[in-house]
Amino acid sequence: MKQKHLVLAMLVTSLLILPVSGAMAANVYKIGGIFSVTGRASFLGDPEKKTMEMMVEQINAAGGIDGHMLEAVIYDSEGDPAKAVSAVNKLIHKDKVIAIIGPSTTPTTLAVVNFTKRANVPLISCAAGIKITTPVDPWVFKTAQSDLLAVAAVYQQMKAAGIKKIGILTVSNAYGESGKKQLLGQAEKFGIQVILNESFGAKDTDTTTQLAKIKAAGPDAIVCWGTNPGPAVVAKNAKQLKIDIPLYQSHGVGSPKFIELAGDAANGNILPTGKILVTSLLDDSDPQKKVLQDYQNAYENKFSGNVSGFGGYAYDAVNLLAGALKGSNGDKQKIRDNLEATKGYVGATGEFNFTPQDHNGLSPDAFVMVEIKDGIWTLLK
Amino acid sequence: MQEIVQYLFSGITTGAVYAVIAVGLSMLYSSTELINFAHGEFVMIGALAMVTLWVRIGLPLPVAMTGAVAAGCLLGLVFERFAIRTARNPEPITLIIITVGASIFLKGVAMIIWGKDPFSMPSFSSHESIEIFGAALLPQSIWIVTAALVLAGGIHLFLKQTLTGKAMVACAVNKKAAWLSGIPSEKMGILAFGISAGCGAVAGIFIAPITMSSYDMGTLLGIKGFCAAMIGGLGSLWGAFAGGLLLGILESLGAGLISSGLKDAIAFVLLLLILYIRPGGLFAAKEAKRF
Repeated sequence: MKQKHLVLAMLVTSLLILPVSGAMAANVYKIGGIFSVTGRASFLGDPEKKTMEMMVEQINAAGGIDGHMLEAVIYDSEGDPAKAVSAVNKLIHKDKVIAIIGPSTTPTTLAVVNFTKRANVPLISCAAGIKITTPVDPWVFKTAQSDLLAVAAVYQQMKAAGIKKIGILTVSNAYGESGKKQLLGQAEKFGIQVILNESFGAKDTDTTTQLAKIKAAGPDAIVCWGTNPGPAVVAKNAKQLKIDIPLYQSHGVGSPKFIELAGDAANGNILPTGKILVTSLLDDSDPQKKVLQDYQNAYENKFSGNVSGFGGYAYDAVNLLAGALKGSNGDKQKIRDNLEATKGYVGATGEFNFTPQDHNGLSPDAFVMVEIKDGIWTLLK
Repeated sequence: MQEIVQYLFSGITTGAVYAVIAVGLSMLYSSTELINFAHGEFVMIGALAMVTLWVRIGLPLPVAMTGAVAAGCLLGLVFERFAIRTARNPEPITLIIITVGASIFLKGVAMIIWGKDPFSMPSFSSHESIEIFGAALLPQSIWIVTAALVLAGGIHLFLKQTLTGKAMVACAVNKKAAWLSGIPSEKMGILAFGISAGCGAVAGIFIAPITMSSYDMGTLLGIKGFCAAMIGGLGSLWGAFAGGLLLGILESLGAGLISSGLKDAIAFVLLLLILYIRPGGLFAAKEAKRF
């Protein structure tokens, strides 16, 4: 009998408390974040988490959104899809967030989208994989540039430089394969012919064989698609073989580390990169310049270490979400509709124009082409 | 024609890397009958120690080299003393699994010390590549081939000509019998590990200017070195040397003449074929047992 009373008492009290806590939650917009803060992809997740916290603080200091304060609940996926799934379930069912930012990588994002779709929670991923937004799902958005745009930016530059025949050298992993697909797929559209298509292993110590083969085929330029350290080996080998045609690299090496690794051999390499790497070189008329400077100053004042393009993905995700939250009254369907209707938002990554067919919303302008000269980046026009 | 010469030179460059690693592996096998799957990690330690001593601290080249080799040797001794000798049941398979565990451990420690980013290192001699028949050969490849030859030659002399070397081989043939005839078999084991780890470190030092060095460079190099040693016949130092060059040239010709995507597959199919036709390796004695 006593136990029954106890259960009854608990039920009654919980009934009394629930509406109260519900009413309190309405004052706060709870948004979730999942980033690879530790583990292999920590170089992505760490600046993203810091940026999200910084942005939420800024928005709250300015009075929140329609009078509602923001509360960020952030979990670490450690770059592991299984941990990302458990984090997304916690966010949806326990924390009851109204929107989620992240995860940081393509595999973790693809692992969680099924859960956010089913729960009808808007997700803004910070990962680059094109599979995230093709085919478009109403509830899934992303802020990082796709390979598609990087390849388009490279080909635009080649077309302007009169390059017709190219040889490509891609790393044999998911990054290189995706790049290869885009390089082969878009070539025709720009009047470019891929005459030789070679690959190298991510841990290969020498690529002179592939380069000699490409050199013998006589292309106008070589495109290398990989992430450090492979492309640095390619750059060094190309110099050793005295290859004098232009060497294009992917945005995957767009960091000072590449110049450090390749040394002299990096000079003359041309690559697409997000504007954040070359903020100070941008024209004052570039609308992104001020955004990037503001973000850079805020970030570098608050945290030690330099700002990176990866933090920029979270910067844009939070701003896009903040814009969509206005007038939504915390309704998830409305947030989604507002997101999809976002036009002309100028962010750190580029100018976003979402449509029902495009949930990445960027154009090739999100990339600028840079050439490495004497060990520093210079902007190509 | 010019390309084929270039493929051969590229093959020699990568092959020399495999050869110098295979020599160290083979040396340990011929004196303890043990295959050390952590050998690649000693290569990595040698390369990263060299980065620290030569590039970061700026010691003169010979001093930095000696220091990096000493670090490798020391680590080999510690590894033998604390991981191999403490094994209760020294069956070969148990010991091999211990080396696999040690490889994971060393990789983790190196990641904590040196971080995840790769490092680059300048060549020992001039940057310019040498042109022969219109194909480019890196000066560093000549360094590596020389290092592999000197290592193989030195160890060969040591095992065949010195009393300590002969005692070491005796321990591999029959540890108990060697002990009964007055050979301190434990000391021989520890010495063999020290030398083999030192060889690994030498390999790391010489290949670092060609490859980038990072905490995870060792595993793949160790496996390729193991394949090279298998092709040549485990335990044969010259076999390991030749096996390394052969594997490198096969990979390069495979990539150049057929497809770079199938590079590793071509090399491994040939490895299987060689082992099918000559199970003991190309340069092994006819019988399966070497002694």
